[in-house]
Amino acid sequence: MKPPRFQYCAPRILDEALTLLDQHGEDIKVLAGGQSFVPLLNMRLAGPAYIVDINHISELHYIETEDGYLAIGAIARQRQIERSVLVQEKHPLLVEVIKHIGHMQIRNRGTVVGSIAHADPAAELPALLTCLNGEVLAQSIHGERVIKAEEFFTGYLTTALEPGEMLTEARFPWIPPRAGWSFMEFARRAGDYALVGAAAVLTPAPDDTCMSAHIAYLGVAGSPIRAHAVEQMLVGTTLDQRALDAAAEAAREIVSEDMSDVHATVEYRRTLTAELTKRVLKAAWGRRERQERQEQQRGEG
Amino acid sequence: MLERDDDFSQCVEECEIAVIVNGHRYERTVPVRLLLSDFLRHDLQLTGTHVGCEHGVCGCCTVLFNGEAVRSCLMLAVQADGMAVTTIEGMAGTNSELHPIQQAFQEKHGLQCGFCTPGIIMSVHAMLHEHPDPTEKEIRHELSGNICRCTGYQNIVEAVKLAAERLREQHMEVE
Amino acid sequence: MMATRWFGAPVQRQEDPRLLRGQGSYVDDIDLPEMLHAAVLRSTHARARILNIDTSAASALPGVHLVLTAKDLGEVLEPSPLLVPHHALTQPRTQLPLARDEVRYVGEAVAMVVADSRYIAEDALDLIEVEYEPFPVVHSLEVSSAESAPLVHADVPGNVAAHLVQSVGDPDSIFPSAPHVIHETLLMDRGAAMPMECRGVLARWDAHDGTLTCWISTQGPIPIRNGLAAIFHLPEHKVRVIAPDVGGGFGTKIMMFYAEEVLTPFAAMRLGKPIKWIEDRREHFISANQERSQLHEVEYAFDDAGILLAVRDRFLHDTGAYTPYGIIVPIITACTLPGPYRLKHYYSEFTVLYTNKVPVSPYRGAGRPHAVFVMERIMDRIARELHLDRLEVRSRNFIQPDEFPWDVGLVYQDGGPTKYDSGDYQAGLEKLKALLDYDNFPALQAEARAQGRYLGIGVGCYVEGTGIGPYEGAMVRVESDGRVYVSTGVTTQGQAHYTTFAQIVADQLGVEPKDVLVTTGDSQSFYWGVGTYASRAATVAGSAVHLAALKVREKAKQVAADLFEASPDDIELADGKVFVKDAPHRALTLGQVAISSNPLRYAYGENARKLMSMKLAGSRPGPALPEERGSPGLEASGFYSPPHGSFASGIHGAIIEVDATTGDVTFVKYAAVHDCGRIINPTVVEGQVHGGVAQGIGGAFYERLVYDEEGQLINASFMDYLLPTAAEVPPIAVDHVETPSPLNPLGVKGAGEAGVIPVPALFASAIDDALSPFGVRIREMPLHPCRLYELLTNAQQ
Repeated sequence: MKPPRFQYCAPRILDEALTLLDQHGEDIKVLAGGQSFVPLLNMRLAGPAYIVDINHISELHYIETEDGYLAIGAIARQRQIERSVLVQEKHPLLVEVIKHIGHMQIRNRGTVVGSIAHADPAAELPALLTCLNGEVLAQSIHGERVIKAEEFFTGYLTTALEPGEMLTEARFPWIPPRAGWSFMEFARRAGDYALVGAAAVLTPAPDDTCMSAHIAYLGVAGSPIRAHAVEQMLVGTTLDQRALDAAAEAAREIVSEDMSDVHATVEYRRTLTAELTKRVLKAAWGRRERQERQEQQRGEG
Repeated sequence: MLERDDDFSQCVEECEIAVIVNGHRYERTVPVRLLLSDFLRHDLQLTGTHVGCEHGVCGCCTVLFNGEAVRSCLMLAVQADGMAVTTIEGMAGTNSELHPIQQAFQEKHGLQCGFCTPGIIMSVHAMLHEHPDPTEKEIRHELSGNICRCTGYQNIVEAVKLAAERLREQHMEVE
Repeated sequence: MMATRWFGAPVQRQEDPRLLRGQGSYVDDIDLPEMLHAAVLRSTHARARILNIDTSAASALPGVHLVLTAKDLGEVLEPSPLLVPHHALTQPRTQLPLARDEVRYVGEAVAMVVADSRYIAEDALDLIEVEYEPFPVVHSLEVSSAESAPLVHADVPGNVAAHLVQSVGDPDSIFPSAPHVIHETLLMDRGAAMPMECRGVLARWDAHDGTLTCWISTQGPIPIRNGLAAIFHLPEHKVRVIAPDVGGGFGTKIMMFYAEEVLTPFAAMRLGKPIKWIEDRREHFISANQERSQLHEVEYAFDDAGILLAVRDRFLHDTGAYTPYGIIVPIITACTLPGPYRLKHYYSEFTVLYTNKVPVSPYRGAGRPHAVFVMERIMDRIARELHLDRLEVRSRNFIQPDEFPWDVGLVYQDGGPTKYDSGDYQAGLEKLKALLDYDNFPALQAEARAQGRYLGIGVGCYVEGTGIGPYEGAMVRVESDGRVYVSTGVTTQGQAHYTTFAQIVADQLGVEPKDVLVTTGDSQSFYWGVGTYASRAATVAGSAVHLAALKVREKAKQVAADLFEASPDDIELADGKVFVKDAPHRALTLGQVAISSNPLRYAYGENARKLMSMKLAGSRPGPALPEERGSPGLEASGFYSPPHGSFASGIHGAIIEVDATTGDVTFVKYAAVHDCGRIINPTVVEGQVHGGVAQGIGGAFYERLVYDEEGQLINASFMDYLLPTAAEVPPIAVDHVETPSPLNPLGVKGAGEAGVIPVPALFASAIDDALSPFGVRIREMPLHPCRLYELLTNAQQ
């Protein structure tokens, strides 16, 4: 299981990388963390003529707080985000999700942006990005564009990226104040790709009913699915058992007919999705900050 | 990290690299597709790092890359240019004394065929550096990135507990 | 019997420091000058004719030295040896080193490339064009056994390789009048050993002296040496096969004459350069032997007291595309089924069927997990039908300690009787109950159910035939510095032979285990032997080591007696010295005695100088090496051939929790009680049990080889063939019962496979118990959450 032949370049400047991408179009692949890509090379399931290693482009190595989102550069490692005190404080859901990715040896090299660009429907980060209504920044030598998550993932291992483009940044919107969040997945073993998983963010209204709901799933279709139908069912409810059961039932429909594999039939996936929905929503709702508690805090302050 | 002047924006199939492995600097010319695991094992004759799957699951090939545990089968040798790698051969001191982790594995019968062992020891080394006082549950979770087919993990877990205890004692002595 | 100091002690392993430092020497660690690298092209079809192979582009690739297909092999193009013939195996078939006209499984070797590097060799594989004409695939036992099934081998009617009936008593007379008769279909499906080190061969042909040396990651170098000598028409002493450090075997590597074990030396001889072939994991999934697939139709009769009266078991065994290892596995199944129970009427009939899948040969357990699954399902069912406690039913059926030797009445895999030498099954059961707090479990279970949680407890008992012949041997020699050198024909893949055999010798020669250096697995170091398999190394080779050490001890006493002018009965060996009892100043070191026993003309070394200066008995007239002394030095060989297998046993139990919505299962507690007779090194035995249990858990709930209807293995990687990690395997409590074997001088029985044997059975038992409110009855292994979910859904409907 050795890689096939390829030409390799490791530019230190983003423009050089973009130039190479433009020059070689379909024949070039980006190497970032390599945790998804190198196995494909070793198995000779991928055989690009050119590989551009972006790990030396220091300008892509950042984790930054922006107005409205956390910006993560293309070669920031998953492990760095996991350990970052800044992110633990300001975006704990992202940290929680990353902890579910593989094992620490994978996360030490794997990048957040790389995982998103790879677009495996069973991967955690694409689902989270979708849940949060996040965005990615795609650049080429001709310019840049911002792509919304739901438009970015177009199918199994496929994205809206055009030849000549690469992702340079992922943008994870902040969790709204007082919102509760949760991420859960069903996997066979610790660190495996999940059979199904879900990320949920629920924002309470002043009357402690659900004001807005975001829930996105992985492992249910060829791309992560933002379950708008489920979300709409939850708005205005108190997420009581009836609402959870109804949401769970609705979530079953999200699982695509072709999602059958070695580990799970479609029917089983549907059952898992329903169960997962209940658990993740309950946990997320339980994490919300209640108005009364806030007022109490203000009163004491 | 070493400073390099080469113009890396040209695409090549072969490359000169300089890697620091276990504190020694090695300069070699390598094909760009050469995996780091093969480079260590065959170009540098450091055969302690083993290859079990070449798709990043079994952990036999785990080494430290700039101090972090990584799968050497998922890295190209050229990516180690200018970087520091630590392999199992770098664990025992020059006076041949076993590292406390290795010693603990010996005392607790934490290995049988020995094939997964170097990868496990490197992972444990990284793990204990970050979590010097793990619970059994944490140990088992952290070890899940390394597969062993011989031991059933029981004695490995015991070895890690013992190693953690000894390293904590050592650390306290140093302080 | 002299007191033993080292036997039974938890001595730390000699081999560890080297392995811990990464100084092991596995096949791929060995690099030879001018070495080239091989890669194998494998069939992508499960069943096809080969119409054409075009290797021209591959041969022309720079860096490629050789491309071989079947037509290039000359006389070597012969089916590989049938390792274990049997009269019932009427249609054996073995594989050609490279497929010529037909391929019969995905993964079958079709061509071999030799190149400057493995990387280039794989590039060349991509350039070889094979034209296949695919045929309908026999992808399961069901397809294989159907009327007008496609034929895996055109000349094997009905795909039947073998058919064997064994019978004890008269079951037909029992069934008609039995109070209870039940019929069930029980299935076990494919899994694999997956050692962490894949296979590998390094071959070097030295044309100057006509010597072939092969380093192979194998469990059986001596038979391979013999076979290669025959295949290549070389004298046996010109062939050396070495099993260096081996990264796990578990049976996969006792299969011999895998194609690559013939092709690599062939290429080495052709090119005159050393050739290394290292299997990668993807290849391992489709070309290293697998096991575990059987379908049982069992009928059993029992009375109102839960006594098992008779069993009729008919099963189909999937042997894959070839039968290189004969029908050992199903024979073992048939002989293991009666277990620890008094079963006087038993009919066993099996049919071995070919399928278009990877060939089957033993994997740890080797047919026993299947048998135990069947019998333990029977015991559980009897308990359920009669509303009796499951352990109580087993107790009522156990063979009692005073009933040994117990002749099961069947012919075992070694051709000898299946005759249990010793055991105490009830004692094991009591210990297990204690470890699991069995009697208090119902309360725990009820409490959990009230909370909507499903806990269950499962048990599995087994008897394991171990320590079979034909024989093993060992040579023990004291060297001039007093250290002891031992060599034997068995091999080591982590079982600590370097330490356990040293313990045996240390006891006899009065030295410490660290001063005993053991070599295993080199056909040149010890010429005779078979290999490590069937839980036999400690029993058979260990006994041989013991016998050889005894002879050396006697000789040392004799030599010392002559030197001290004492009687051999008054000589003792301890602390590295040989001395006169009650006169410890009259002593020599063991090394000095070794020197004395070798009447060389020349003396050298410190020991020799010291000897010269001591006042010992002068020389006598006559030959320097008298006839009664026999041979020079303190050296002896010993061979041990067991009369038949010795029977280890055990009982395992586990408490699990089942998530009734997702079908996921977690282990809450696991306990193993184990009887392998006298124990040489308890730490080593427990480690073997732990490892076996982990493989058993994998084989019950995580690992399953999934083939599609085209015979393609769809989960051929570690991403989808799930090996349990430290997070899935629970802590394992181990306790022992020791019923020594009367069959060998050490009283030991085998321990290597034990851990894995009862796991599928107890897992099923535990799930049944956890889900008893739903009336679930598990009849298949392996399971996974999706399947358990389906079974639960069906049960609820």
